[in-house]
Amino acid sequence: MIEIRNLHVRIADEGIEIIKGLNLSVADGEVAAIMGPNGSGKSTLSYALAGRDGYEVTDGEVLFNGVNLLELEPDERAAAGLFLAFQYPVEIPGVATMNFLKAAMNAQRKARGEKEYSTPDFIRTVREAAGHLGISMDMLKRPLNAGFSGGEKKRAEILQMALLEPKLCIMDETDSGLDIDALKVVADGVNAMRGPNRSFVVITHYQRLLEYIVPDTVHVLYKGRIIQSGDKDLALHLEKHGYADIIGQAA
Amino acid sequence: MLKHIEKLTPAEEALLSAAETLLEATPQRRRAAETLRERGLPSRKVEAWHYTDLRTRLKEFAGLADTADDGQAWIEADRGLVEAARLPVINGRLRASLADDMPQGVTLKSFEGEGGFADAADAVAMLNTLIGRGGVDMGVAAGARVEKPVELLHGTISAGASAIRHKVAMGEGASATIVERHESADGLAVQSNAVVDLEIADDARLLWVIVQTEGDAATHLAQLNVNLGARAKLTVLVLNAGGALVRREINVDVTGEDADLQIRGVNLIGGETHLDVTTVLLHDVPGSVSTELFRNVATAHGAGIFQGQIRVAQIAQKTDARMACNTLLLSDEAEFSAKPELEIFADDVQCAHGATVADIEDDHLFYLMARGIPQKQARAMLVQAFVEEAFEEVEDEALRDALNARIENWLDRHG
Repeated sequence: MIEIRNLHVRIADEGIEIIKGLNLSVADGEVAAIMGPNGSGKSTLSYALAGRDGYEVTDGEVLFNGVNLLELEPDERAAAGLFLAFQYPVEIPGVATMNFLKAAMNAQRKARGEKEYSTPDFIRTVREAAGHLGISMDMLKRPLNAGFSGGEKKRAEILQMALLEPKLCIMDETDSGLDIDALKVVADGVNAMRGPNRSFVVITHYQRLLEYIVPDTVHVLYKGRIIQSGDKDLALHLEKHGYADIIGQAA
Repeated sequence: MLKHIEKLTPAEEALLSAAETLLEATPQRRRAAETLRERGLPSRKVEAWHYTDLRTRLKEFAGLADTADDGQAWIEADRGLVEAARLPVINGRLRASLADDMPQGVTLKSFEGEGGFADAADAVAMLNTLIGRGGVDMGVAAGARVEKPVELLHGTISAGASAIRHKVAMGEGASATIVERHESADGLAVQSNAVVDLEIADDARLLWVIVQTEGDAATHLAQLNVNLGARAKLTVLVLNAGGALVRREINVDVTGEDADLQIRGVNLIGGETHLDVTTVLLHDVPGSVSTELFRNVATAHGAGIFQGQIRVAQIAQKTDARMACNTLLLSDEAEFSAKPELEIFADDVQCAHGATVADIEDDHLFYLMARGIPQKQARAMLVQAFVEEAFEEVEDEALRDALNARIENWLDRHG
């Protein structure tokens, strides 16, 4: 699905290198968890993959289903099947959520040469997906994320993910700010989407989320590199012993 | 001692000559001519015109527009803003014979004569007095609840200057929606001038909607003068989306206690447009509320100005007056100047103003693009969202949609 080789990323404004030679390969259908302490480069990695301005790739390559991801604009990456679930989804007053969803879904379909949704088909699709996530149509009439609670924002991200049907979902600390009920809703949404042709990169600080979204592989990110990889037991080890001993071993 | 000007500009000469040769010399018109001759049009030295030097900018006077064509074909082709009882004004002349039937409670008389002006700095009204020939005198009966909007549809269909002045009176407890629309075609050298004197009696509710979509060669000078009674509520919506040189003045004198004034405006400024919105709100009595919000977009070589004056008299305690002016600049050559002016003589009041100028936010743009929306479309969505927020409280959905459709149309052409 995605092959990241020797990736170096610098935050342009500050001129500081955050990702320093990262290698990661995620197979079709795989759920890979990336764990790491604060400041290890988790969010920088997700922004760099999604193509945010100011996150400058200085070396390395990223192949997404054989395509050089780094040459694409953010919207082209999305149309190619990459989805970033934001840690802090922005509030955009004035843009109605339904209009935004329709614009996004149709833009991606158009980019892929598919037929755009008719309004009735679009509404039916959204209504069904929202129902599974306990999102009311009233909430979708409001401006995008505006006044949504933390849990509502994360559920709205999962709704977008479900509607856009991406191939690779990067989930940036989706568990932050969620209570246990909201966490379960989000995890159920993710688990329902798992399949042989869809992969996930679940970025998290805590093991808690991984109790609900059980990963195939776990990778420890520290100072911009993957310093250890393993299966789900690695997450349990980290939960018990913290990052210190693994960081110690790597050093 | 006021300084007299030494030499008239060609435009001033032509204005005076047109007024003297073509129009009857009434006392008001004579006074306007005298004032113009002595003081000229206001230059940037006149504080209220500091950002819009009318003397320099009004290079020539186009002569009075032809009024032979009653505009019937143009009126029939007009697609309207919303379903309304239309009262057409073509090239500055009221065309009552082509008007729709007015809703019950609305009475019309034609108003002949000139409305007067304050002084040389009151140049919009001064020019209106000089070359204007009356307009409509509209009354909404006390207690009447007029559902169907009434539209004063001003179309300038041939080159030249025109001026019209209306008087509108809302009776006690009456409610109505009145649209004031100004249209002309691109490329037409139009100089349109419109003044409305609006009296709103106690407990009346009025929604006044100004839609200005003059062509790209038009000079448009307009003034709304309001007297707002006790417990009355006035909402003014303004959409400026046209013209080459535009001055829109809104003057409200809040003379009744507990009155409520809401002004929401969108100014779309592109091409070579110079657009000046100047508001003067006087709170003369205790307990009234006013909120002004303008959202502006300037692109290409567009230049926008907002001057917002609020004066709170000493006796006007418990006044709550707020003003905000937010602008998106979409090109390096576009500019916007905001000048808030608060003069507060009472001590127990709430007054606030804020002005911002910015580009759209990077994290908003990235969010939309990360969902697959191409940059151009994402930017357009964000610009539209920014301006449409000004009208989000408009309860009449058809009206809100119609205003937003005009905004979208402008952004499509200028984005």
